[in-house]
Amino acid sequence: MSIGTSERRSGGHARVTGSQKFVADIGLEQMLHVRLVHLNCGHARIVSIDTAQALAVPGVVSVLTAAELPQPMPRYGPVFNDRPVLAVGETKYHGQPVAAVAAESKEVAEAAAELVRVQHEELPGVFTVAAALDPASPLVQEPELRPNDPLNHTNVLSERRFGWGDVESARADLVVENVYTFPMITHFAIEPHAFIAAAEDDGVAVWTPTQNPFQMQRILATVLGLPVAKVRVHALDPGGAFGGKQHPKYEPLVALLALRTGRPVRLVLTLEETFQEVRRTSCEIRARTGFNRDGTISFQDIQSDFLMGAYADIAERVIDKSNYLGCGPYRVPNSRTVVRALFSHTTPSTAFRGFGTPQVSWAHESQMDDAARKLGIDRVEIRLRNLAGKGEAFLPGDTPADGDWAVSVRKAADAIGWGTALSPGRGRGLAVAVKAGATTGASYSIVRLHWDGSATVLAGTSDMGQGARTVLAQVAAHELGIPHEWITIVMGDTATVPFDLQTSASRSTVFMGQAVMRACQDIKAQLKQMAAELHAPDAPVVELLRARFSAVRGEVIGVGSYRGEYQPEHPLGGAPSFYEFTCTASEVEVDEGTGEMLLVRHVTVADVGKALNPQHVEMQDEGAAVMGLGHTLMEHILLDDSGRIRNLGALDYRIPTTKDLPLEMHSLLVENADGPGPYGSKGAGEGGLMATAPAVASAVTEATGVVIRDLPLTPERVWLAINEKDA
Amino acid sequence: MRIHVTVNGAERDLEVAPNTTLLDFLRDDLRLTGSKECCDLGECGACTVLVDGRSVNSCLMLAVEADASEVTTIEGLAKDGRLNPLQDAFLAKGAVQCGFCIPGQVMAGQYLLQRNPHPTLAEVREGLSGNLCRCGGYVQICEAVLAASEVGR
Ligand code: FES
Ligand code: FES
Repeated sequence: MSIGTSERRSGGHARVTGSQKFVADIGLEQMLHVRLVHLNCGHARIVSIDTAQALAVPGVVSVLTAAELPQPMPRYGPVFNDRPVLAVGETKYHGQPVAAVAAESKEVAEAAAELVRVQHEELPGVFTVAAALDPASPLVQEPELRPNDPLNHTNVLSERRFGWGDVESARADLVVENVYTFPMITHFAIEPHAFIAAAEDDGVAVWTPTQNPFQMQRILATVLGLPVAKVRVHALDPGGAFGGKQHPKYEPLVALLALRTGRPVRLVLTLEETFQEVRRTSCEIRARTGFNRDGTISFQDIQSDFLMGAYADIAERVIDKSNYLGCGPYRVPNSRTVVRALFSHTTPSTAFRGFGTPQVSWAHESQMDDAARKLGIDRVEIRLRNLAGKGEAFLPGDTPADGDWAVSVRKAADAIGWGTALSPGRGRGLAVAVKAGATTGASYSIVRLHWDGSATVLAGTSDMGQGARTVLAQVAAHELGIPHEWITIVMGDTATVPFDLQTSASRSTVFMGQAVMRACQDIKAQLKQMAAELHAPDAPVVELLRARFSAVRGEVIGVGSYRGEYQPEHPLGGAPSFYEFTCTASEVEVDEGTGEMLLVRHVTVADVGKALNPQHVEMQDEGAAVMGLGHTLMEHILLDDSGRIRNLGALDYRIPTTKDLPLEMHSLLVENADGPGPYGSKGAGEGGLMATAPAVASAVTEATGVVIRDLPLTPERVWLAINEKDA
Repeated sequence: MRIHVTVNGAERDLEVAPNTTLLDFLRDDLRLTGSKECCDLGECGACTVLVDGRSVNSCLMLAVEADASEVTTIEGLAKDGRLNPLQDAFLAKGAVQCGFCIPGQVMAGQYLLQRNPHPTLAEVREGLSGNLCRCGGYVQICEAVLAASEVGR
């Protein structure tokens, strides 16, 4: 009934009337306002901090520096506990907070923050891959933080190798070898990060737009030395997250401030501070690919270096996921992929939609196009010749290809008019990408069927725009046979909802969807029992409920869970539960005089198994495509020699607007009900940006004859490439 | 300084600091938090409101400059709990994702339709080019504005 229809967004009404509350919209009684103090350079030794003047400002309640924090400084992170609550001894990136001022108003906090005197000495920093690998460069991380790691005297956090067959002795008719770079970009959620904390009885409550309330709860409990049950995380719907709100940022700081002052505190970052806090890993990829004359791949040999920034955050997972599927969705007889995560004196990178896939697909897809041109094979055809067939174990020993991916490619090619005549100045490109879907971890749901037939669903998912609320309500409505409107979804309060690993990796529809479905099935089993007891096997649900509960009151409670098991020997810790496969095709027109580009048509095809709400899937996929146009055409963080972000803020860092939209945009779905989620669904919502860059770049090459291997494809870069070719 | 403004039809008489922006005044003093703050520079449109019928980035305007004006915010569009046609079109067309940019988008769309009740797609894209949506729902947002203009036909 409800499944497969485009129900309106749950929570939509509040979002169009302005009543939706984001963290910055919440004010608590007696609340203090926090402002961070940072230095205007990347790497610096902190000589001294003088807070006297700031403390003397009327209305200032507390000024926190490393000295006032517990010793040793609490450190935290999703995997490694390396990020300090405030900078200790030195700053490691432009914008790292060295002190925090809490005051009665935000104006006072801001003015007092200016008065905190930080004597410091700027130090040489590591801002590039080359510098990170240079043994003469300073070490970003103190070796004591990873005492037993043989790499602790280098700027390499980890190096991972993966592959099969024998690349060295594989023969090939053509070897293409190139270097690709992918820029630093920032998430730029329109909601800047915001945090509130308040002491509560014998614990603490934190309001944050996190995608991961239970990890937040665990980390806060550890930092504060509290039992998990004494930390309450109110995970409010994020105003866009895209991975940037997945892991703790300044929640430990605000919690400590709240406990210290005994008052609720709120920290709302500026957009500039948000830029300094989260970004995608930039990288350099060296790809050497062997091809046979017929275009089939003989070997893939990839070496990637990811510049992850000052703290590890989730970078190791990013490189693992990128590397594990470094050959893309292809049948590759011999593969060797090596990847390193490198420390640098830059903003710590974190999860970002696509999670390492847009980077590596930029390389493997551009390699495909290079080979196609050199071998005289059509660019779509060469992909079809290499694409893994459905059920094929393209990753030896792992989950086989779970979709008929060639169907997506043909669909995209048709939609873009592949092979039809092109107007002058125009070109087309097509590219594919595949990402390993969620692997391990549990999701739980509790569904409460009330006496009147309406239901409350408890789910720890975060609805950050993807519409999880809508889709989970649809699953419950379908299973319980009640209208969508009778369902309330409760999310994001760790004191109310049961555990969910996180909202990431496009996992919620599959993992939480299954958990909700199973909770509903639990209810149905209880209803069946109830019907038998009441000797009314065919009674409608509502009548049963009334018969059972009209006198004594009560409700039926169902519990469901879904988990991916941890496999220690698996490179990802567990097999992907599905693959997110995407194909993007683009037609562009390049103005050779200026390097400017007009996107004539842009098509994405997503293999989603089953679209539970087609409109939601399409808006996600198109939204991802628009985001992909950002890193493809315009976005890159620029650093100066001191590691300062030169284009800090919305004026200088441009993201796509309505004016950058392709003239025509199409999002097409492939639905074969072959996914592990409810009704055969797979995760979706990241795919639209995973193959944008190689598709657009390939179109530019067809239009102009130049090949560009560095992103973004700004007009200057395109113009320069055209002029170098002509020279 | 004391200012007198009409906000969503209600008259307000309040003391404000001369450097308070209209956005802070709305959000902090009047607790109308529907208008959002993002860039604080006039670049994102999240704070868009109407002042005497003209669309402004309220982060760039001082509250004192709005003295004696009529201000409409996102909270002022729905009447008696009923969405106006543009708000409804945003939901029908799937234009709303995370929702953070949406108040600004709706206000910008409202202004556009007020000036040009039957815009072309190109005019809508031009008119909304100052409103960023990182969820990337531009296609649907533009469709929603066009759909609302049809309602008015
Ligand atoms: S907050 Fe006013 S334009 Fe961005
Ligand atoms: S709906 Fe999320 S920024 Fe526009």
